[in-house]
Amino acid sequence: MTLYLPIAELSVNWLVIVGLGALVGFLSGMFGVGGGFLTTPLLIFYGIPPAVAVASSATQITGASVSGALAYWQRGGVDVKMGGVLVAGGIAGAGMGSIVFRWLQELGQIDVTINLVYVLLLGTVGGLMFKESLTTLRRASSGTRRPTRLHQHNRFIAALPWKTRFYKSGLYISPLAPLLLGALVGMLTVIMGVGGGFILVPAMIYLLGMSANSVVGTSLFQIVFVTAATTLLHSVQSQTVDIVLAGLLLVGGVLGAQFGVRAARKLAPEKLRLGLAVIVLAVAIRLAIGLTWQPAELFSIFGPA
Amino acid sequence: MKVVGLLLLWLALAGAAPVRLITDISQNRIDIVYTFKGTELLVFGAIQYPRGSVPDERPGLAVVVRGPADPITIRKKARVAGIWINTASVRFETAPGFYAVATSAPIKTLVDERNAAIWEIGVDYLQLSPSTGYGTQVDDFTRGLIDLRRRAGLWSEQEGRIGITQNILYQARVAIPASVPVGVYTAEIYLIRHGHVIARSATPITIDKSGFERWVYVAAQTHGLLYGLAAVALALLAGWSAGLVVRRT
Repeated sequence: MTLYLPIAELSVNWLVIVGLGALVGFLSGMFGVGGGFLTTPLLIFYGIPPAVAVASSATQITGASVSGALAYWQRGGVDVKMGGVLVAGGIAGAGMGSIVFRWLQELGQIDVTINLVYVLLLGTVGGLMFKESLTTLRRASSGTRRPTRLHQHNRFIAALPWKTRFYKSGLYISPLAPLLLGALVGMLTVIMGVGGGFILVPAMIYLLGMSANSVVGTSLFQIVFVTAATTLLHSVQSQTVDIVLAGLLLVGGVLGAQFGVRAARKLAPEKLRLGLAVIVLAVAIRLAIGLTWQPAELFSIFGPA
Repeated sequence: MKVVGLLLLWLALAGAAPVRLITDISQNRIDIVYTFKGTELLVFGAIQYPRGSVPDERPGLAVVVRGPADPITIRKKARVAGIWINTASVRFETAPGFYAVATSAPIKTLVDERNAAIWEIGVDYLQLSPSTGYGTQVDDFTRGLIDLRRRAGLWSEQEGRIGITQNILYQARVAIPASVPVGVYTAEIYLIRHGHVIARSATPITIDKSGFERWVYVAAQTHGLLYGLAAVALALLAGWSAGLVVRRT
């Protein structure tokens, strides 16, 4: 059952890795998220070097998102213009992220930074989702309807110059806003090995005000391209992409996603979102504990470099 | 003529030399393949005494297997504003990636401190060459490094674990864990009497990735872009074919 990973340079139980991929795939099929925010920490808990975990997780997300992206593309659920702007920002962000990544590695603070950013992001997103899905559930049970949200403008975004029309998204805004959003998500992809859907989707809905029917497809479109670019970047710069590890995760992920999709059909969307919020918060709390409790081992080895 | 002369000279010297160690290793080359989960080296050989006079006293022996030494940095976490982050660091210029010693008796009684330090017999006698930090800090970090490497199975001491037959033949087993770094290793055997090393022999061992593992590793190192493209292609293919299967069912 053991398999030696050529880049991570250690032997793992391949069933555990496939199982981990399947678990994340199940959740991503069920909730429609990429699952990178679970893959990377779980791989690190298992003992994979963080740099390898982050890079290989990005490769796995490319595979996990492509079938979804194609499906939305065929249904016309991708705003190509918006997606193109996001991808351009994302690739620029990935480049900047890799510089930051290197700098933090030299300082020896990369692990702490990864964990801290995870805690902040997952805590915030998980908390907001938890609150929102609870309110929705309570409203649904009391029978009152939620007031329909009016198309809202963010004053800062509305003030940006060079406005252009994004027909499919139903927007007339400056391309600078999605460009910056894409860059932020691209940085996260490089540093944390996440697709960034859990930030991209809410930001597109609440900050940009995109129409709901093209949000998920456009987000997947961006994720496929940016994670692919990230894989290339890691391969060229740090040689930390473990193709065997990514392959094992993909096998598990592809299988798990099918069961996840089936399971999701039997559950109400509000309950699904509540479930996802609980998982996201649990990961955030686990990481926060790791940061604040005294670690069993104070020393760590860096190098040879 | 030259050859015969050299041979005679060698015989004369060999006769004059007090003791010699003859050593062999079960594997001179360890191949890391996809099923690699660590291995065990058997280091064995004989002690050749001058004029075949075997002493009654049990010989003192130490078998050292060491890997390539690399510069590493050790960092220590401390609490800053409620969270544990890396603060102080010490750099060690020559920390071996692997070091295992097996001895015929406890190291403290087998070899005196001077000889232990010269030949680096025992984890505590490794010359790690710290290049930053100050006195007590270096000691603290050295202990941390030794502790980490010991628990990873990369540095080990097995005292009293050399088998000796009739005071001539010896054998020791050295466990090589799956996480060993690749490179050229040496197996050194020391014959020790009254705390002094009186004979030694060294044999090289190569540990390297082989077959598919080597191919992948070399591809990643030398053709980064192509390797990355292959990884992306693999991911796209897997995701796309899975999508096809789903839509059909």
